Amino acid sequence: MTAAQYVRCLSGIVRREALRWLQQRGRFLSALVRPLVWLAIFAAGFHFVLGVSIIPPYETYIPYEVYIAPGLVAMIQLFNGMQSSLSMVYDREMGSMKTLLVSPMPRWYLLVCKLLAGTAVSIVQAYVFLVIAWFWEIEPPLWGYLAVFPALVLSGLMLGALGLVLSSFIRQLENFAGVMNFVIFPMFFASSALYPLWRVKESSLTLYWICQVNPFSHATELIRFALYLKFDAVSAAIVTGYALAFTLLAVYGYDPGRGLIARRDAG
Amino acid sequence: MRREPSAALARTGVVFQQPTLDLDLTVEQNLYYQAALHGIARSVAAPRIAAELDRIGLGERRHDRARALSGGQRRRVELARALLHDPVLLLLDEPTVGLDIESRQLLLDHVRALCKERRLAVLWATHLIDEATDESTVIVLHRGVVEAQGRVSEVVADTGQKTLRGAFDALVAGKGSIR
Repeated sequence: MTAAQYVRCLSGIVRREALRWLQQRGRFLSALVRPLVWLAIFAAGFHFVLGVSIIPPYETYIPYEVYIAPGLVAMIQLFNGMQSSLSMVYDREMGSMKTLLVSPMPRWYLLVCKLLAGTAVSIVQAYVFLVIAWFWEIEPPLWGYLAVFPALVLSGLMLGALGLVLSSFIRQLENFAGVMNFVIFPMFFASSALYPLWRVKESSLTLYWICQVNPFSHATELIRFALYLKFDAVSAAIVTGYALAFTLLAVYGYDPGRGLIARRDAG
Repeated sequence: MRREPSAALARTGVVFQQPTLDLDLTVEQNLYYQAALHGIARSVAAPRIAAELDRIGLGERRHDRARALSGGQRRRVELARALLHDPVLLLLDEPTVGLDIESRQLLLDHVRALCKERRLAVLWATHLIDEATDESTVIVLHRGVVEAQGRVSEVVADTGQKTLRGAFDALVAGKGSIR
């Protein structure tokens, strides 16, 4: 296999993922509507309930909508990561994953391609949301839109890899609803997406530490800081670490030599 | 296969028993995807895809979603897909399961024609015994054990039967029925 063949394989997988995403209109719409509902209803409802004091990276008092926007961007990526792992489980049940498995490319590489493809799709979704959010007066500095790109890549990879790990350990599609409940919601709520962590600390120290360990908090903070042209080194390091760990775990989970998949298929 | 999986897979085409087309994509997109998985450039894949689709008589449906095709047509697309990277060995795992009589015949004729035209070895797994003609080489597998191997005419003669069907029954008789 030559380098050119690897590149073609990657672009083929990204193209397929993009085509699937565009052709499944419902998926595209729901991915977009979900954060907008949060923004339009939830944030409006809590507008006066939660006053947010000046905390970095913000330099002035900000309305609640502005505070939760980065968390909603991360939520888009979280859902996307889970959705692409859902499609892996679906592909495995329906047999179309076999196409992938008879490719001469190494298994780990195919998995990384899949991860990159999912991340690319999630980044497009995030930008579409940010453009719409601009009309809600969520107006980060113009350069922030550029600066947030690497943050979106990192968090997209981390959340996508988490999805892959889950999909390699899930046997059937039916189990997936459970994952939604036990992964997406706890991750989203026990994080800094909806409320600043110093407030959480005031009410419960345990919860505060859960939020601190939660990779989703750090994805949110990374995006938040980048969007306002600041760099949160701790979050960047933590997100990178989690991304690497999840990717390795996914490669392990999908390695035929380890028999995880083989055992799963037999069972 | 175990020692050099990549090299082996690069020269093997596979048609699975289970349908494996991506139903949300068009016929052509499915084929391009497969070509990419083998590292084939789109410019190289394009004429091959056109040729393979014409050969199976689905050239005009290249822009249709795979979902819109009938079972037999999907099967033929899967066959075309397995041939895109010009394999030397083609594996077909019960490819005619669930197909109507006409589609089944079409597929059989098509694969036989391929064997004659190209340097292509075909391993066709089936439990529909009449799919093997007299010139075929067969391996009779029963519960993972090779019961007989050779040209159909030889296998039939060795068992003292008149047809392959009879030969199969004789070979597996008393060895634990699968029925």
